[in-house]
Amino acid sequence: MSGRVVVVGEVVDGRPTRLSTEVATLGRRLGEALGRPVVGVLVGAGAGEAGASLAAYLPEVLTVELPDLADLAPAPRVAAETAALVEPEDGPILVGASPDGRDVAGALSVLLDRPVLANAVAVEAGPEGPTAVKTIFGGKLVVRSRFVGPPGIVTVRPSSVDAAPADAPGRVVARTATAVALGPPVRRLERILETAGEVPLEEAAVVVVGGRGVGGAEGFALLEELAALLGGTVGATRAAVDAGWIGYARQIGQTGKVVKPRLYLGLGVSGAIQHKVGMQTAETIVAVNRDPDAPLAEYADLYVVGDLFEVGRALVAELRRRRDAGTT
Amino acid sequence: MRIVVLTKPVPDPASGQDRLGPDHRVDRAAAPAVLNGNDEYALEAALRLVESHGGEITLLAMAPATAPETLRKGLAMGAHRAVLVTDPALAGSDIRSTVGVLAAALAGLEFDLVLAGIDTSDGFAGVVPAALATLLGLPLLSNAAAIEPDPAAGRVRVRRIIQGGYDVLEAPLPALVSCTQALGAPRYPSLKGIMAARSKEVAVRSLADLGPTRWPVGGAAAATAVVAVDPPPARGATRTIRASAVEAAREIADFLAARRLLP
Repeated sequence: MSGRVVVVGEVVDGRPTRLSTEVATLGRRLGEALGRPVVGVLVGAGAGEAGASLAAYLPEVLTVELPDLADLAPAPRVAAETAALVEPEDGPILVGASPDGRDVAGALSVLLDRPVLANAVAVEAGPEGPTAVKTIFGGKLVVRSRFVGPPGIVTVRPSSVDAAPADAPGRVVARTATAVALGPPVRRLERILETAGEVPLEEAAVVVVGGRGVGGAEGFALLEELAALLGGTVGATRAAVDAGWIGYARQIGQTGKVVKPRLYLGLGVSGAIQHKVGMQTAETIVAVNRDPDAPLAEYADLYVVGDLFEVGRALVAELRRRRDAGTT
Repeated sequence: MRIVVLTKPVPDPASGQDRLGPDHRVDRAAAPAVLNGNDEYALEAALRLVESHGGEITLLAMAPATAPETLRKGLAMGAHRAVLVTDPALAGSDIRSTVGVLAAALAGLEFDLVLAGIDTSDGFAGVVPAALATLLGLPLLSNAAAIEPDPAAGRVRVRRIIQGGYDVLEAPLPALVSCTQALGAPRYPSLKGIMAARSKEVAVRSLADLGPTRWPVGGAAAATAVVAVDPPPARGATRTIRASAVEAAREIADFLAARRLLP
């Protein structure tokens, strides 16, 4: 039997994350293209329950239930259990590039002695084996890389593929925990949830983003209103976060999140390179800015030169009118 | 507290000049090098820890021989010394080789904490902290928004950013912490700091100085290879609108409706 493509999923609240279902979809298609079997691995508290959901995307999912993981930082244990399920001939091993996924991938690379190709937006079946596609320098270049020798680990960026279930659901195989994490355990003392239930920025289909031009925390109320009307969530530039108008969790860009929404609507955002790296792969980019020469004017699909508050309020009114008239 | 801050000189993303050379490696002559943005947050966190707990900060970088100039900024901010691992044989090393080299360099240093940025602006991989912690058998506290060491008790607490909030994590020292912008804005070097940095030590280490590394290094040993480099697919042309707010709003709504982006 040739080696398997391995999809390492992530469990949150007894469900696979959306990113996990995206990576599973990518892994299934890659397996078909390479002519190799595909297997999913889910480790953690609630893995058994989550396995059935992930099996909608994959022919087979191995689950390792770890109820005590709730009291620990998960990555070392997840990596150790995953490593125990990977055979030497298996690969590539696909991991979602979430914060936990990056930690798992880094640990796996050492435990399995495998190289890493990071931050892929696609994985192709190249003539010399699996080829990871990524962008560098803030999207200026698209680089295709392969493994020299046996395939290793590929981390996959959120929203790189649309999750699509397989024709028929796969089977779930429960495995017993066997591995021990290296090093002293990192204990979790407490979990503080401030905005539980909010759509993660990386997963939002519509992101309404405020920059320096928003002028203050109160200015973001308009953005919240627009986001609600568009079925999206609010993001911000570093300038707005540094000014304390909105939390760091909402920051898009170089030292914040990378998003790939269907719609990016920027208000008072100049679109400098540090921000651009986090949003330029948005499908549609619309911007409102007083400055006709801001960088965003060069790569937006639609660029409105104007006052963000005047245009923003008019847009709220227009969207409400269309919603109420049912003409959209 | 003895703190090592991992620092990577990267092409300045703001320069617009970052590019790859014909060998598919970063063309380091094309763009000025700066300290990686997230590493500056790590250094700032280290400086604050040393201000409240005492101790010393060592910058550790694996970089070309020109890196001391870049590291000088970190020394001007207040780091006490720097260790630069540089060797022509390291050029073209992949992520895993880099981890092996950093681990070998750390083995020669004494520390209670290793701080690293969560990722770098050039590669954006974000897997080095976890790989390094695993290789060294150190506890990993990642995505830190706050770091509270208790050196007397030999442990550290970290507020780790998760979706929708924080986890409070605790581990024994020594430990490795990956750092985010939420730790606080890096300070600007003072004139005094800049002057002092000139006489601070940048210890240069070759591969031979380090001794054996976990994986072979350099481009020839890399377990990953670039196959192709292309420009990104072009975005469509920009449509610019200058109109009254009401007309502009109608245009936006029409545009979104045409693209089926209205709920």
